[in-house]
Amino acid sequence: MSTGAREEILGRIRSATADLPTQSPEVPRTYLRHAPDVDPADRETVLALFAERLEEYGATVYRAGPAGLVSTLAEVLPAGRVMVPTGFPIAWLTQWAGEALTEETTPLSRRQLDGLDAVLTTCAVAIAESGTVVLDTGPGQGRRAATLLPDLHVCVVRAGQVFSSMPEVIGSLDPLRPLTWISGPSATADIEMIRVPGVHGPRRLTVVLLLEEDQSRDAVG
Amino acid sequence: MNVALFVTCLNDALFPRSGQAAVTLLRRLGVDVDFPSAQSCCGQMHWNTGYRSETLRLARRFVDVFADYEAIVIPSASCGGMPAEAYATAAEAAGDMGLVRAVRELVPRVHELTTYLTDVLGAEDVGAYFPHRVTYHPTCHSLRAAPVGHRPYRLLCAVAGIDLAELPAQQECCGFGGTFSVKNAAVSGAMCADKARHVVETGASVLAAVDNSCLMNIGGRLDRDGHPVHTMHLVEILARTWEDGPVPELPLAAGAVAR
Amino acid sequence: MSRTFVGWPAFPRAAAAATQDMQLRSNVTRATGTIRGKRAKLVTERPDWEDLRDSAAALKDEVLAHLDRYLLQAEEQVTAAGGTVHWARDAAEANRIVTELVRATGEREIVKVKSMLTEEIGLDNALEAAGISARETDLAAAIVQLGDDLPSHVVVPALHRNRGEIRDVFVREMGRHGRPAPQGLTDEPAQLAEAARLHLREKFLKAKVAVSGANFLVAETGTVVVVESEGNGRMCLTLADTLISVVGLEKAVPTWRDLEVFLQLLARNATGERMAPYTTTFTGVTPGDGPQRFHLVLVDNGRTRALADRVGRQALRCIRCGACMNICPVYERTGGHAYGSVYPGPIGAILNPLLKGPDDPQTASLPYASSLCGACNEVCPVRIRFTDVLLKLRHEVAEGDAKVKHPVEKAALDAVGAVMEHPAAWNAAVRAAGRVGPLMPRKRLPGPLRGWTDTRNVPEIPKESFRTWWKRTDGGTK
Repeated sequence: MSTGAREEILGRIRSATADLPTQSPEVPRTYLRHAPDVDPADRETVLALFAERLEEYGATVYRAGPAGLVSTLAEVLPAGRVMVPTGFPIAWLTQWAGEALTEETTPLSRRQLDGLDAVLTTCAVAIAESGTVVLDTGPGQGRRAATLLPDLHVCVVRAGQVFSSMPEVIGSLDPLRPLTWISGPSATADIEMIRVPGVHGPRRLTVVLLLEEDQSRDAVG
Repeated sequence: MNVALFVTCLNDALFPRSGQAAVTLLRRLGVDVDFPSAQSCCGQMHWNTGYRSETLRLARRFVDVFADYEAIVIPSASCGGMPAEAYATAAEAAGDMGLVRAVRELVPRVHELTTYLTDVLGAEDVGAYFPHRVTYHPTCHSLRAAPVGHRPYRLLCAVAGIDLAELPAQQECCGFGGTFSVKNAAVSGAMCADKARHVVETGASVLAAVDNSCLMNIGGRLDRDGHPVHTMHLVEILARTWEDGPVPELPLAAGAVAR
Repeated sequence: MSRTFVGWPAFPRAAAAATQDMQLRSNVTRATGTIRGKRAKLVTERPDWEDLRDSAAALKDEVLAHLDRYLLQAEEQVTAAGGTVHWARDAAEANRIVTELVRATGEREIVKVKSMLTEEIGLDNALEAAGISARETDLAAAIVQLGDDLPSHVVVPALHRNRGEIRDVFVREMGRHGRPAPQGLTDEPAQLAEAARLHLREKFLKAKVAVSGANFLVAETGTVVVVESEGNGRMCLTLADTLISVVGLEKAVPTWRDLEVFLQLLARNATGERMAPYTTTFTGVTPGDGPQRFHLVLVDNGRTRALADRVGRQALRCIRCGACMNICPVYERTGGHAYGSVYPGPIGAILNPLLKGPDDPQTASLPYASSLCGACNEVCPVRIRFTDVLLKLRHEVAEGDAKVKHPVEKAALDAVGAVMEHPAAWNAAVRAAGRVGPLMPRKRLPGPLRGWTDTRNVPEIPKESFRTWWKRTDGGTK
């Protein structure tokens, strides 16, 4: 049955497109490779744009240098039970008083995850123009359910991971990994097209921007 | 110059004043304008309703009548867009390649009136005097099909004495749409009601546009509701001079002076 | 069974009723006005907006021209990544496949991410007939489902409802399907969103099977892309054990990189955001993360019919941003239900006849549900020339193969055309008009023209036509 459908649909497609030339015209790619009016080498501008756009969407943004990160995390994390995925630099948590849970041995159930106070992660890359952080489940990012059910998501983004626009990052991401592109906390505009923050996904998003001395691009991942 | 006026069927039968104003204005600007009487209709109503074979016949007629003129001037963005928009497509679909060639050859000489004034004659101040409060509705065809851009505004702004009021939500369709206005009369009427309301809000005594079809629609509503706003094709404003003085039945614009 | 558009009246009748519904008019006007403003602001942020549109249109054309190849490529990639691909010729076949897949899991309640395709094929009703309850989790889709309503917009299916109406539905219906609405629920949007969160949370925590659509299917990698705002999509795509994505053939895009075009266009044009809060991309099954069984159901249901239409095929570029309906002056005054389809507005006016054939009076009325103002052409992110397709479809109805015909209209327009074609006849007609002009009723026209005079007067017919004047005065010289 299914094979029949497949062949029939493919046949319909071929006859429907029979009039078209086999050689397609080239796809124009004249759109910007970087955020408008931004020099991607101007790191200060890129980072400022990233913070501005995140805040516009209702995320909270902190900036910290390598020396201040530990205290910043202690400040922004609730002193409760927080999911800290495998691979997250535990050394950053020395001043924080809460309880870190990992999934190193056994995954937490949905209800356990739902009962946590927060999830703390790193990210794969970030996009300044749209205020987006991308998680690829790599080290320090955990599986997708872990970053979804807790109501607060705290994400540490290293400055070198922030690029000005989407065309700069898309090639560095691995489509075979499940990716979550997060642009601000969960929201809806389904009631009278008015944006209301906070529905199902984490209702609060806190981004800690880690300013590094070395802001080279190979810091991605 | 060997210039023809394609007055359009609607203007011919219902709005002859617009055609007359076009003749007056073009003559004043030194254009020797002719009206080949074999002309009739551009076929837009047929085309827009789906009747392509009839459009094709009217396209042939248009080409026959106007082939020998250096310029064909049309006081309508909607009809003015038809030759470029539809004729070649209709001819191609019918396999009439001779007509396709003839249309392609003719189209560059077909001009919507305001475009002809600004782009061919290079005129902006056409010496008009119109001391009344006017609002301008940019018709959909003038915005999108035969885009005339800011030309009508530039022409209006140069009119002496005019008090130009901006029309709210001006880019929204008035709801005419040819046979749409009868096939979907309820929606068309609702769109028209909003447009008429915006016109009244401006306090203008004249609503101007480059398409009498849309003006007929909005004017029909204004008239029904008893609003004393006059509808005038833009060319009727441009044709008036100091010698004509103000239009007697219209209130004078605030601060207007007669010479 | 929930309501469907089956047996819906033709557009003019449905629209006439809708224009009288002042509550509906005010809800739709407010919502579309809000979104137009947000969109316009964000579009001007991008100096390369037109370039992005060029690329998006060209990419979709490329996919459509070689759709067989791209779908086979996607199938290969999904299969290699542990997913199973199914092909469905029509709605019935798609529903049968999904129902069987759910049945095999033994589950009786499943969760769904908003998908217009599953609305199009009537999946919820098909599942219900098999004893399976499919709960919508998108806020707007849930409002529609709880209220036994119909979707009226492709992005915000409950756009026709205001906050007060939504509150009433929540209070009345939530308890019947799970956790009731909180006591003292007001119509504050934030409170309503919170009520939805609590109601659906239980379902997410239990859900074993989820059904989704897709915004894009990347052929090169077999990646499914789902764009959403609330997190309900992430819940369904992540928490279920079995995920079934029901995807229209036209959702394919050639390569992974091409997402940089579509993801930059979609949210800006749809909701006036730079990116929607959440975009999830996944390829097949990922061990240890998310659903461990993944089924991709590729659905034709008329898409190959549309693809065969040389003018109309451009409608398959559509990425369902809804901008054409947000800008449409007709949609603004009728809302979406008047179109009798889950695809309303300008895209519905062309897509429905292309998918189904304009062979019934309702479908055949849709290409005429437009004043041809062309505003939709200007906002479409994939440069669909709506007006070209509308005119082509009108031609199909008027003179082409469509089964619905308008013989009276054709006779009338033929007669007018015949007069216009012959100089002598036209001269005579215009002169006659001047003579009968004073006899014409200005406030009530007869027959099919009566609609005009329902709200408008007819202009006075002048005694002297332009051509008579020209002849009498020798071109105004005497």
